[in-house]
Amino acid sequence: MMLSVTPQHFLILSFLLVGIGFLGLLIRRNVLLMLMSLELMLNGINVALLTFSRVGGNLDGGIFVFFIMTVAAAEVAVGLALLVALYKKRNSVLSDDMGLLKN
Amino acid sequence: MNAVDLLFWLFAVLSVGGGLFMVFSRHPVSAAMFMIVSLVGVAALFVLLESFFLAILQVLVYAGAVMVLFLFIIMLLDVGPEAGKRKLSHFKTGIFGILATFLLVGILLILGNSYDSLALDQSIWPELSESKDGGASQGLPFSTKVSSFGYGLMTKYMLPIQVSGFMLLAAMVGVIILSKKTPAREDVK
Repeated sequence: MMLSVTPQHFLILSFLLVGIGFLGLLIRRNVLLMLMSLELMLNGINVALLTFSRVGGNLDGGIFVFFIMTVAAAEVAVGLALLVALYKKRNSVLSDDMGLLKN
Repeated sequence: MNAVDLLFWLFAVLSVGGGLFMVFSRHPVSAAMFMIVSLVGVAALFVLLESFFLAILQVLVYAGAVMVLFLFIIMLLDVGPEAGKRKLSHFKTGIFGILATFLLVGILLILGNSYDSLALDQSIWPELSESKDGGASQGLPFSTKVSSFGYGLMTKYMLPIQVSGFMLLAAMVGVIILSKKTPAREDVK
């Protein structure tokens, strides 16, 4: 493949994705959006893993991406079920309203 | 600057921009839509990295199943925009932005320090060699074929794939139990 973009481009892109996800995790208070930011971070890590896998000529990174996708899908399913259960109790999905231990 | 480079920049902007809009959009539904844009951009980057199987999985699992689940829950809970509520103070937002920047700078410093040992500076992409013996002699070679994925999963990663299968089962049972109505839980509160 004719590609004059270097692996560093892909790595910097993946770091940007992780950084954006981290920022979203910090500044959003809606737990749904925090979960989405987590997904974004996992995606960034997937890009980095796949880049290293491609550069190193080794499929292990690709297989790890596969496993990360599996774990992320399961995590989202359980997380959203927990969120629905929490919403039934608290009637809110904002992380501010979950300060049971605060006072 | 050839066509593939153009595609890289297009999808890089798509994925990063989608992520940024996702983080800063008011309404959860539009955030989910931007998230889909970002995920499809990442899938296209997987294609550029010649991992076609993972690109298909990314579209099917993330942009398909996971985001549909997110949208379903957003609409089920009828989550509106956060605008009416107390907003996060500018001070806190600034602090968090600085923290995220620190994370980025830290990762970039680590990359810079390990630059030589990573051996990335030749800026060439190694040619894919499709060996006849399925790569049994040299571990798992990078390959575009789905069959080499299956080979790796069924030989070297036999235990992890079984564990992840069991984890999916546990997640399924857990979700069913969580979403079941338990009359006993009512009198606890």
